[in-house]
Amino acid sequence: MLLIVCPYCGKRPEIEFSYGGQAHLARPVKPAELDDQAWTDFLYMRTNTKGVYAERWRHARGCGRFFNAVRDTTTDQFLAFYKTGERPPEYPK
Amino acid sequence: MSRQSFSALALIRRGLSGHLGWQKQWRKAEPKAAYDAVIVGGGGHGLGAAYYLAKEHGLTNIAVLEKGWIGGGNTGRNTTIIRSNYLFNESAALYDHSVKMWETLSQELNYNVMFSPRGVMMLAHTVHDIQVFKRHVHANRCNGVDNEWLEPEQAKAFCPPLNIEDNIRYPVLGAALQRRGGTARHDAVAWGYARAADALGVDIIENCEVTGIKRDDGGAVRALETSRGLIRTRKVGVSAAGNTSVVLRLAGVRLPLESYPLQALVSEPIKPIFPCVVMSNTIHAYISQSDKGELVIGAGTDAYTSYTQRGALHINTHTLDAVCELFPNFRRMRMLRNWGGIVDVTPDRSPIIAKTQVPGLYVNCGWGTGGFKATPGSAHVFAWTIARDEPHPINAPFTIERFRDGYLIDEAAAAAVAH
Repeated sequence: MLLIVCPYCGKRPEIEFSYGGQAHLARPVKPAELDDQAWTDFLYMRTNTKGVYAERWRHARGCGRFFNAVRDTTTDQFLAFYKTGERPPEYPK
Repeated sequence: MSRQSFSALALIRRGLSGHLGWQKQWRKAEPKAAYDAVIVGGGGHGLGAAYYLAKEHGLTNIAVLEKGWIGGGNTGRNTTIIRSNYLFNESAALYDHSVKMWETLSQELNYNVMFSPRGVMMLAHTVHDIQVFKRHVHANRCNGVDNEWLEPEQAKAFCPPLNIEDNIRYPVLGAALQRRGGTARHDAVAWGYARAADALGVDIIENCEVTGIKRDDGGAVRALETSRGLIRTRKVGVSAAGNTSVVLRLAGVRLPLESYPLQALVSEPIKPIFPCVVMSNTIHAYISQSDKGELVIGAGTDAYTSYTQRGALHINTHTLDAVCELFPNFRRMRMLRNWGGIVDVTPDRSPIIAKTQVPGLYVNCGWGTGGFKATPGSAHVFAWTIARDEPHPINAPFTIERFRDGYLIDEAAAAAVAH
């Protein structure tokens, strides 16, 4: 089980959290102007990165808030946790 | 090349001579400089595609590249369940094509894949389950796929260890049974296809990872860069399961895939007690008994994307909770091994078997948590797609473009499995 550090509550076991997928996917500002391919990219296409990956988690059974994490998907080791809206912090490469 | 044929007579003859003199089942091929077609990924789907390319489409100068060892990925990690009781017409056609091929696969390959149509029973625990499963039963029958509704007593008659008391947290309210469903020996599927493809001249190249896809001025596939050198080819079929998006990115192709760990476990072996396959999608328990006697138990996916081929223990214990409640006589059994595989999941939980926008590059992926059952049918239509540069009618709906055009085959919402 992963140990996840909620930026608001601290270190907690994975079962307190729900996963939110790839981070930093901004909803299009002018949706009406998107063509079908752009919508497809926004809705369905994910990088599915093998390696260092920025992702969203939600402390669903805790404070309820979303935040972001950086994890290496080849080891499942977390490299950083940060609040929604922040840029990813520096982390050891 | 001449190939020893397996038969009862051959088995007796070799048995009397101490089982000496069996041939290797396939050659250890070295990569050639060029092939007419290359399959990336040496699991059941990839090896099968190579076999059907050679057998049905006359393409024998082909290779299967596998970065590890054949059958070492999800082909060797699944819980071997075979069924075709999917809701939508497109899915029913694809999966039932596969079930029909399973029925004769051992004869086709002259290799015992131990297909055992012992029946797959899916349990209903809620009113919603009952409604959904009955809808599946009717839809399946319209598509010529067998599926029948069982009341709890009938379910227990079909699977005597099942607990149908109403004092458990999720009592069994009924079940949908596909009698033609069952299990097969997963390793034998990889080995059987490898052996049969090899006999037709296919090179099976292990420890060969694709590191680049070279394209010509028109954008078409020209060659593969691999850990064992450059291989020229104009046709590449990628069948790389959880690593498909990694391979396709080498050609700049994006796919609507996310790779998750899916776990399974087996118990200590016991005498035959479990006559069928039981699935409970609602409380996440998938269980059958192997011919060795182990209970083979499928757990759920982990919450997060990963390539580690392992997951968290709480996923397994969650499934064991359900198994122990449904089958109280297993409560004191010990589990021997658990493991994970990386499954590539699409947004609608249906696969992609299609051409890509890169000429000469084809992809068979997105099987998610249920690819094993489809191995022969998927390999068959994928080979067709590669050979003819157009999809077989069965896989024509399973395009990448369906996500753009809104033609989802939404087995996710059809609740074949609770996600």
